[in-house]
Amino acid sequence: MKEQLAEIRRAAEEHLKKAQNVDALEELRVKYLGKKGELTAILKGMGALSADERPKVGALANEIRELLSSEIDKKKAEMAKVLRDAKLQSEMIDITMPGKKQEIGNLHPLTKVLNEFTDAVIGMGFQIAEGPDVETDYYNFEALNIPKNHPARDTQDSFYIEDSIVLRTQTSPMQIRVMENTKPPIRVIAPGMVYRSDSVDATHSPIFHQIEGLVVDKGITMADLKGTLEALIKSIYGNDAVCRFRPHHFPFTEPSLEADRRCFNCEGKGCSVCKGEGWIEILGGGMVHPKVLKNCGIDPEIYSGFAFGIGLERLVMGRYGINDIRLFFENDVKFLKQF
Amino acid sequence: MKVPMSWFADYTDISGITPKEYNDALTMSGSKVEAVENMGKDIQNVVTGKILEIENHPDSDHMVICKVDVKDEILQIVTGAPNVKVGQIVPVAKNDSYLPGGVHIKTGKLRGIESQGMLCSHEELGLSENDFPWEAEYGILILPEDTEIGIDIKDIFGLNEDVVEFEITSNRPDCFSVIGLARETAATFKKPFSVAKPEFSENSENICDTLSVTVENPEKCLRYCARMVKNVKIGPSPAWLVHRLKASGIRSINNIVDITNYILLEYGQPMHAFDLRHLSGGKIIVRDAKDGEIIKTLDEQDRVLNSSDLVIADAEKAVAIAGVMGGFNSEIEDDTTTVIFESATFDAVSVRLTAQKAGLRTESSARFEKGLDPYNTVPAIERAAELIEELGCGENVGGMIDIKGNIKPQRVIKFRPEKINAFLGINISKEEMANYLRPLEIKVDMDKMELTPPSFRPDLEAEADIAEEIARFYGYNNIPNTLISGESTKGFYSGKQIFKKNLSNLLTAQGMNEIFSFTFTTPAVFDKLCLPENSPLRNVLRLRNPLGEDTSVMRTTAIGTMLDMLSYNYNHKNDSAYLFEICKVFIPKNQGELPFEPEKLAIGMYKKGIDFFDIKGVLEAVFDGLNIKGINFERLSNNPIFHPGRSAKLTSNGKEIGVVGEIHPTVCENFEIGLPCYVAELDILEMLSCVDSNIKYKALPKFPAAERDIAVLVDRATAVGELEATMIKASGEILEDIKLFDVYEGDRVPEGKKSVAFALKFRAADRSLTSDEINRVFNKIVKDLEYKNKAQLR
Repeated sequence: MKEQLAEIRRAAEEHLKKAQNVDALEELRVKYLGKKGELTAILKGMGALSADERPKVGALANEIRELLSSEIDKKKAEMAKVLRDAKLQSEMIDITMPGKKQEIGNLHPLTKVLNEFTDAVIGMGFQIAEGPDVETDYYNFEALNIPKNHPARDTQDSFYIEDSIVLRTQTSPMQIRVMENTKPPIRVIAPGMVYRSDSVDATHSPIFHQIEGLVVDKGITMADLKGTLEALIKSIYGNDAVCRFRPHHFPFTEPSLEADRRCFNCEGKGCSVCKGEGWIEILGGGMVHPKVLKNCGIDPEIYSGFAFGIGLERLVMGRYGINDIRLFFENDVKFLKQF
Repeated sequence: MKVPMSWFADYTDISGITPKEYNDALTMSGSKVEAVENMGKDIQNVVTGKILEIENHPDSDHMVICKVDVKDEILQIVTGAPNVKVGQIVPVAKNDSYLPGGVHIKTGKLRGIESQGMLCSHEELGLSENDFPWEAEYGILILPEDTEIGIDIKDIFGLNEDVVEFEITSNRPDCFSVIGLARETAATFKKPFSVAKPEFSENSENICDTLSVTVENPEKCLRYCARMVKNVKIGPSPAWLVHRLKASGIRSINNIVDITNYILLEYGQPMHAFDLRHLSGGKIIVRDAKDGEIIKTLDEQDRVLNSSDLVIADAEKAVAIAGVMGGFNSEIEDDTTTVIFESATFDAVSVRLTAQKAGLRTESSARFEKGLDPYNTVPAIERAAELIEELGCGENVGGMIDIKGNIKPQRVIKFRPEKINAFLGINISKEEMANYLRPLEIKVDMDKMELTPPSFRPDLEAEADIAEEIARFYGYNNIPNTLISGESTKGFYSGKQIFKKNLSNLLTAQGMNEIFSFTFTTPAVFDKLCLPENSPLRNVLRLRNPLGEDTSVMRTTAIGTMLDMLSYNYNHKNDSAYLFEICKVFIPKNQGELPFEPEKLAIGMYKKGIDFFDIKGVLEAVFDGLNIKGINFERLSNNPIFHPGRSAKLTSNGKEIGVVGEIHPTVCENFEIGLPCYVAELDILEMLSCVDSNIKYKALPKFPAAERDIAVLVDRATAVGELEATMIKASGEILEDIKLFDVYEGDRVPEGKKSVAFALKFRAADRSLTSDEINRVFNKIVKDLEYKNKAQLR
């Protein structure tokens, strides 16, 4: 019987080698391991063996059975893998074809930069105030130490609705509105549209945006103003931005300053972008004028503060290299989609 | 204000300072320098030369060949100018020279004859006839016979000057003068500063014997000084004076006028010169104008005055508008022999109002309206007398008339160094502070700790102003940069601000692009929108002084500007535009009151093939994203902006919060948009009030859902929304979801009918639904649809 088993094993292995597909393997399995298979027949005939022989032959037969069975499974898996690989190969696509995307829109570049700015100041403890575009003479001028007959009130600069009502020429009236309604400590910014009677060209628009900033508390210093502005300028233009502060005049701040940023184009050597100056003006500010504090019922002997104003369009133009302010308000989608 | 840099050397030491250093230093100490420019930078290698010989050109009948001596060499130059003669001194552009406009001159041949340069006309040198006192000829500029040869032409015309252009802020009238800027220059570079006291002689007569001055309004005329000059010889000014005026942007007229202009620049004091012949009665009266009084000013315009204007008058008539412009009738003429100089201080506001009313802004009024120093009138008029003598153009009559009006006393400011240090965030000694203030002529009393600003600094009113002076000369950039100390504050966005940010982000995720439009618009927009005459939207805020009709009213709706933007894109060949804007509209209240400024969301879109449901879908997605609940779309039938069958109003609890729809084809045509377009306008605050902010977790379903489809036949006019409402009402709590999946009109349904099919999903939170239970609800739905909506189950 042992010889018989050895012969079955040899024949099965031969057969296994020749099998080329899954059907042949199945046939092979039935032929040797099936209920009527050759190996099963041997096991059934074991009753005729001696008690001594039986376990030995049984062990051998089982060994062959397991071997065959695992070889068949192995070969089946290999064949299945070849088939799957071939199928996958045939399913190859052109991955350079465009994706099925949901077309997305864009925030206006003015909003994008404003959002960065507001996020930065919120981290510095500022809140964001909003106020009317149509403003009284008192808030837009008088309370800001721009009395009647001040040159800044020339009708060529402001749009009037009535004698005492104007389209705000600056976001500074928000300083007054905030100070009238809030007790120090105050830290706010107030972004918004402002209006000047300028005719339209590449650098002028009768409507543009400013961001007003105001801080009032005990012990606020000009050094704090400079430090805050420097931090803001770096948050907008990056840590490499070099800025300088030079004296200027605004009726509602004293001392007043303007901040320049070293020209990004020529690094200060002087070029057409900075009109040869090497610096580009980016904002104005100063210590809140004591008269303005008094106008809002805040005692300048106890409190001090600073304020600043930034032209948003100019900021965004510098940021993205936009050379014509009119593009912001024409809203051509070819423009809007770039940011 | 333009000043040639060399002028400052009259009062302080600027030696060794380059234009660049000057520019930087003055800008940082507060006198912003716009530019320092060399006047003659466009002219190079042009010298004076003497014409030695002239011969005819062999091949031209209008050109000649000149031999010109330019000192180092003799050049052969061909010219076509008709006016050259042997012996003349002329400007010679040598080989490799430059002229204004980038003209480069090189040796070349003219009709075969070599020309080693070019003889220049005054135009070619960028000069005008006013730049030289002699008569200009047509052709080459002929220089005076005694002109040295071989010297740079720029020296002849004073063009070797670095001219500094300053931006002067309105609070510094003193810096509208060379002396004022020289004082700033000296303080900036820490150099000595002095202005020489004018010296001159007078004849033995007395002005008071010839002229009397009366000031009737001492509030508006703070000081009036007058001097007289006899035996005046009107003529050209010397070159140095012409050049300084030219460098400062003023052209030379004649010696007397030039002196007044020179004083204007040097002292910042406007002066006027009258011809005594034209002062009737030998009188000057400074008085209010009479209502309706007419004066012809120097520019030969008749100006109608009223009693708020101040005039200088003689016994009979007004001869000048005080501080603004002189009268035509008393102008200096070529045969003037006796001149009265006026050096006065007029009230800033009065001059400003008069100049504004007359539309006349002059060098003089621009200075007066900033507030001039009444103590500057005397030095200025004495300097004029000195110049008269120096120029030899007249004889100074003895004495000066000087009438003082109501001059404000000098202000005294407490000096509190510790307070200033605390305010600026620095720590310097009071001595150092005083050292910054004294060069500005601020008197420092260290015993009383008091500061007295000079009379020419009306801007120095209080401690903060003094702090600025100290900061300027300590150096803004030497002040440390610190962070705000003190009580911390919490920074945050308000609920509305967060809502608007989220709204914008959701819209961009839907493919919408944000726009910014002008808030003012044309009143014609309402006709373009086909709004009836009585539409409340036509009640607008009107600008009193708009740039043009196009931008003359504040918008009351965001739809007009949105359509403008869609039109702009359509007409700029963009296939599609998906736009949104969060913006204000302006609703007038009563006169004298500020308007309402509600914020709106406007959405607009066009693209071939889109329909109402595209824009509705955007709104629904936004509502989902913002958790806005309870918005109904109701048919909008009477809004002329929209297609009557394809528009809706959005309501919440019966309140209208916005509109959406296809734009009426007539309106589309009015806006020149060639495709159907879709617009929505919603109120931001109303939207915000519909946000369900009370978000609570609901347990996920534990029991299975059952799904059933239903298809019904209804009248074509029956709204899907009505069917849905019936089904929701009929099924109680167990209906989880309804989805419309088919609407069919056509051959397979009767005329005037449509088939509508929905997928329904039922679920209970606490049990598995039995088929009996579902059937019962389903049957109720069918019955209600039949009853309420005349529907037939298919």
